[in-house]
Amino acid sequence: MKILSSPLSTTTDIANALKTSNSRNLKERLFQSFLLLSTLIALFILMVLLIDIMYQGFGRLNLDFLTDYTSRRASRTGIRTGLTGTLSLMVLVALIAFPIGVGAAIYLECFAPKNWFTKFMQVNIANLAGVPSVVYGLLAAALFAYILNFGRSLLTGALALVLLILPVIIVAGREAIKAVSPSIYQGALALGATPWQAVYKQVLPVAMPGILTGTILALSRAIGEAAPILVAGAVFSRRADNEPWNIFEPFGALPVQIFDFVKRPQPEFQIEVAAAGIIVMLVVLLIMNSAAIILRNRYSK
Amino acid sequence: MTEALKEISLNTEMEKTLENLDKGLDETVFSLNDVSIKYGDFRAVSHVNMEISKNQVTAFIGPSGCGKSTLLRAFNRMNDLILASSVSGTITYHGKNIYDQDVDPVEVRRRIGMVFQQPNPFPKSIYENVAFGPRNHGVKENLDEIVETSLKRAALWDEVKDKLNTSALSLSGGQQQRLCIARAIAVEPDVILMDEPASALDPIATLKIEHLMRDLATHYTIIVVTHNMQQALRVSDKTAFFNLEVDEEKGTRSGVLVEYGPTSKLFTNPENEKTSDYIKGKFG
Repeated sequence: MKILSSPLSTTTDIANALKTSNSRNLKERLFQSFLLLSTLIALFILMVLLIDIMYQGFGRLNLDFLTDYTSRRASRTGIRTGLTGTLSLMVLVALIAFPIGVGAAIYLECFAPKNWFTKFMQVNIANLAGVPSVVYGLLAAALFAYILNFGRSLLTGALALVLLILPVIIVAGREAIKAVSPSIYQGALALGATPWQAVYKQVLPVAMPGILTGTILALSRAIGEAAPILVAGAVFSRRADNEPWNIFEPFGALPVQIFDFVKRPQPEFQIEVAAAGIIVMLVVLLIMNSAAIILRNRYSK
Repeated sequence: MTEALKEISLNTEMEKTLENLDKGLDETVFSLNDVSIKYGDFRAVSHVNMEISKNQVTAFIGPSGCGKSTLLRAFNRMNDLILASSVSGTITYHGKNIYDQDVDPVEVRRRIGMVFQQPNPFPKSIYENVAFGPRNHGVKENLDEIVETSLKRAALWDEVKDKLNTSALSLSGGQQQRLCIARAIAVEPDVILMDEPASALDPIATLKIEHLMRDLATHYTIIVVTHNMQQALRVSDKTAFFNLEVDEEKGTRSGVLVEYGPTSKLFTNPENEKTSDYIKGKFG
C-alpha cells in the first residue's frame, strides 16, 4: 500500500518500497504452517485408524471369512450374511432411489414452474439432507413396516436408506443438470425437439456423469449407516437363514454385523473379527468411490 | 424427408398454404401486424409491422438493445422460454398466427430453424449432431444421405467427411457454426433464423458463413440479425433498421422498426434520417 500512498521520487525510494516486509512475511508463513498442520492432523488420525484396523484385522481376513456364516466361535465366524445383505441392500436402494431422485431433479430444474411453492420445495429438500439418519429409519419403520405392512425387512431397510439419500441425489442431480449449458437445450428445441426430447437426449447425457457421481457417493454413505436399517429390520445374523433372498424378510448388513461383533463378550470378536469386518466394509466403500471417480474422469473428457 | 414431413400432422390450413407454396403463389412467409414484445413491464419491441418474403435474406440491423434479437426469437417462439415474456399483435406464418392457442411451438420450430450467436453443437459426434433432428422426427432410413446432403449444403462436407464420428467439439468455431447450420437444414425447415451467426467468428470463417447464407437463400427463407452493416449489405436482399426510441414523457425505452426496404435502397438512399446516421456510423 505504501507504493500507492506516498509519491516516490528517487530510485532508492522505489527500492525500499518494493522490499518484502518482515512482519507480512512472518504472518504469511504462520498461516501456511497452520494450514499444513490441519491437513497433517486429519491425515494422521486417518492413518492411525487405518493402521490400527489393519494390524488387528488383517490376520483374520481370508476367503473363508467372506463366505462363512457367523458362528459363536470367533475362529470360525464369517460375515457372509452381512456382505450379501449389504450388497443386495445397495442394489435395491440404487434401483429405487436413482429413478426417483433423477426424476425429481429433472422436474425441479427443467419443468417446475418458478413460483414460491417450487422454491419452498427446493429449500426443504436441501434441509432434508441434514436430518439425522435414525429419523429416516424410524419414519420407514412406522410407514413401511407397519402402515404398509412390509414388516421389518430388507425392503423396509432399503426404503429407509432411499429416504436418507434421496435429498442428496436430488441436490447433486440438480447441480449436474444446471451445469449443462442452456445453449444445448435451446439448440435442441430450435430443431423442433419437444422439451422432453431436448432434456432426455441432449441435456441428460451431458449431466449423467455428475448425477452418477453424486448417486454413488450418496449410496456409499448410505450403506455405511447402521442406525436407520437397525430400526427398519436389519438383524444381527447368528444363523444361516438371514440371507437376503427374500425382500420381505429380515436381513444382515455389514455395519450392523460389525456392531454385533463389537458387542460380544469375547475379546477375539471385539478386536480381530470386528476389525476384519471393518476392512471388508472399507474395501466395499473404496470400490464404490473409485467407481465414482472413474465415471467422472471417463465422461469429463 | 418428404415422407417425414407427411407424417407430421398438419392442420388443414397449413396444408393449404404449403400447397400454395409449392405452386409459388404465396411469396410472403411472415406477416407481422402491430407486434410488441414485453419482458415483464419492459417493452423490448413496439408496434412492428413488416412482411418477410420467401427465399430472400432479410437482415435486421440496429444498435445494441434495440430488440432485433428479441424479435427474431419471436419468429420461432424461442421467447416462450423466457419467463414473463409476452407477445402482442400477430405474427402470421403462411397466413396462420403462430401465437394462436392451437399452435404447438414444437411444430413451429420444426419448420422455422434457428442458428445461434455462439456455435452450440451438441457434445456428440458430427454425425449425431446432424442426425439428431431428423431422427427425433421419426426418420429412420436414409439418415446417412440426409447427413451428407445437409453437410454439403452447409459447405462443411469436404472438411468433415472422413471424421464424421469424431466429436463436434473438436471442430473450429467457424466449422462448428456451419455444423449448426447443417443441423438446422437436416430437419428441412422452411425458414432459418440466424442470430448474429458470425459475430463469434474470425473474418475468414465469417466470409464462409456469408457465402453460405447466399447459397441457402435459394432453398430457404433467411432472417439474419447482425451488428455488422457491411455484412447486411453483402448478404441481404432486404434490410430492416431498428432503433431504440426513448419516450421522454414516460421515461421508457423501446425498440422500434425505423425503416424497412430493399438493402440497396436502404444503404444508398435511406428515407429516414436516423437510418442515414446509423449507416454512416454516426451512432450505434
